[in-house]
Amino acid sequence: MKPTHSSFPWFSRLALILLGVLFLLPFFWMVSTSLKPLNETMKLPLEWLPTSPQWHNYPDAMKAMGPFWLYARNSLFLAFLNVVGTVFSSALVAYGFSRLDWRGRDTCFFVLLATMMIPFPVVMVPIYGLFRALGWIGTFQPLWVPAFLAGAFNVFLLRQFFLSIPKDLSEAARIDGCSEFRIFWQIILPLAKPALLTVALFQFMATWNDFLGPLIFLAREEQYTLALGLQALQGTISGTPWHHLMAASTLVLLPVLVLFFLTQRTFIRGIATTGLK
Amino acid sequence: MTLGERRNVLKGLLFISPWILGFLAFNLYPLVASIWFSLCDYSVLSQPVFLGAQNYVDLWRDPVFWKALRNTVLFAVVAIPLSTLLSIGLAILLNQPIAGQGIYRTIFFLPSLVPAISLAILWQWMLNGPMGLVNSLLRPPLQAINALFGSHLQAPDWLNDPNFALWGLILTGLWGTGQAVVIYLAGLQEVPIELYEAAELDGTNSWQRFLHITLPMLSPVIFFNVLMSIIGALQTFAVPYILTGGGDGPGRSLLFLATYIYQNAFDYWNMGYASALALCLFVLIIGLSLITVHYGEKKVHYSGR
Repeated sequence: MKPTHSSFPWFSRLALILLGVLFLLPFFWMVSTSLKPLNETMKLPLEWLPTSPQWHNYPDAMKAMGPFWLYARNSLFLAFLNVVGTVFSSALVAYGFSRLDWRGRDTCFFVLLATMMIPFPVVMVPIYGLFRALGWIGTFQPLWVPAFLAGAFNVFLLRQFFLSIPKDLSEAARIDGCSEFRIFWQIILPLAKPALLTVALFQFMATWNDFLGPLIFLAREEQYTLALGLQALQGTISGTPWHHLMAASTLVLLPVLVLFFLTQRTFIRGIATTGLK
Repeated sequence: MTLGERRNVLKGLLFISPWILGFLAFNLYPLVASIWFSLCDYSVLSQPVFLGAQNYVDLWRDPVFWKALRNTVLFAVVAIPLSTLLSIGLAILLNQPIAGQGIYRTIFFLPSLVPAISLAILWQWMLNGPMGLVNSLLRPPLQAINALFGSHLQAPDWLNDPNFALWGLILTGLWGTGQAVVIYLAGLQEVPIELYEAAELDGTNSWQRFLHITLPMLSPVIFFNVLMSIIGALQTFAVPYILTGGGDGPGRSLLFLATYIYQNAFDYWNMGYASALALCLFVLIIGLSLITVHYGEKKVHYSGR
């Protein structure tokens, strides 16, 4: 719908501007604080801008966090494996749920949808026990191996997309004697690139942002992700270094923002479709 | 089943086999194991010892459990309607033909991208009592009100006040509501414009059009979003945990069921009790979802699809 005119054009515009400023304010405050000297962060009435921006707060905050680049590498490593694992396995599973006809398929798919109602905190105790029995606690495995076993939400998204690809394509290939896996790999996957990219982006964000998983499965500091490293910095508070905390928070957020702006259209479209099916 | 049918089933199962493995290892086994552990004294370090219903008896008598349950339900019941109203409102504003629509959409969406760790630390700072930006903004209007009416309203010390900590968390959540805005906006853009044109010819006002066209047409999307929000809100952990510096807030005002599961499992190594709590959380999620589905399905309008 594109209404031709609004009843209160000035009102809508004013509300949008006000709300827009309110939504941007925390970002502004984060960056502004991150560039202040510590004593200026404590000043009342507060100053909107630092008197002179302290760019060295950023390297200082990284130093305060300890091995910042190691944490960044751990986060990237996990994000990479999670993206590869989830895109491949979820596509495979989604193919089985959309491009093949077999008895029991819809029952299985219903079970898959139902599993979305089981959040991680509900099942984390036995999963922890399982990984412990495997000797995986304190390693990275608990944080990436499950990604290779498909995520319900991603399967759901990809299935919707696969269903929209004409059936004749597969039929023609089958008549030519193509194996099912080749149809999946050489015909369907290339056509599904936009959907696969959406899933990859969602998964990258989810892994990068994950807090609870690393918190319970990782044991040693050199395995920390950025999220855990930042939490450790928050924990060492003595006279809370808010300028460092804001600088570090900005640094953790930055890759996500860059990725978003590079892929904005795919991203927004992906989110928009999740609610419409 | 004929041979061909059997081959089809086999092929299908082969394709979905990663999910079957994941389902067995990370859904079915943990649920069944939770039931067993919840009946045991279990610390992970040693074998579980059968206790019977003792954990559930303890749970019933544990005031901290009731506090966590109350906070969890209260958070869901307050935060979900507020964020639903806000995001529908924003989506409707965004759907007006206004220059820079894309920029506004991006602005409202951006906060939902912020990682929990950055988000929580940022809001810890925003809500940092008198030093926080939120109170600096609230002070002038409150002073004006006090001067006018002789009242003594004061900005709360959000995260240090047991009566306001939950509201601080809700504020944080409202800031991150952008995903829903994008989904609602997409829903609004699917509504056929002819409906509005016809209604306008019939002399309806914009409120009537909202009530009788926009809302029914949007109802499936609202239904889906609310359901997802319930599941999300009931498992809330990271943001309140970090907001409180790894704790549960003043007077346990930011203790949620997920936090209490975490504390019992990984601070006290009381996995049996944690499992009993986890099953309660599971029952709560199923219960609230079923209530939503039951009442929602009647109200949701599915246009001729």
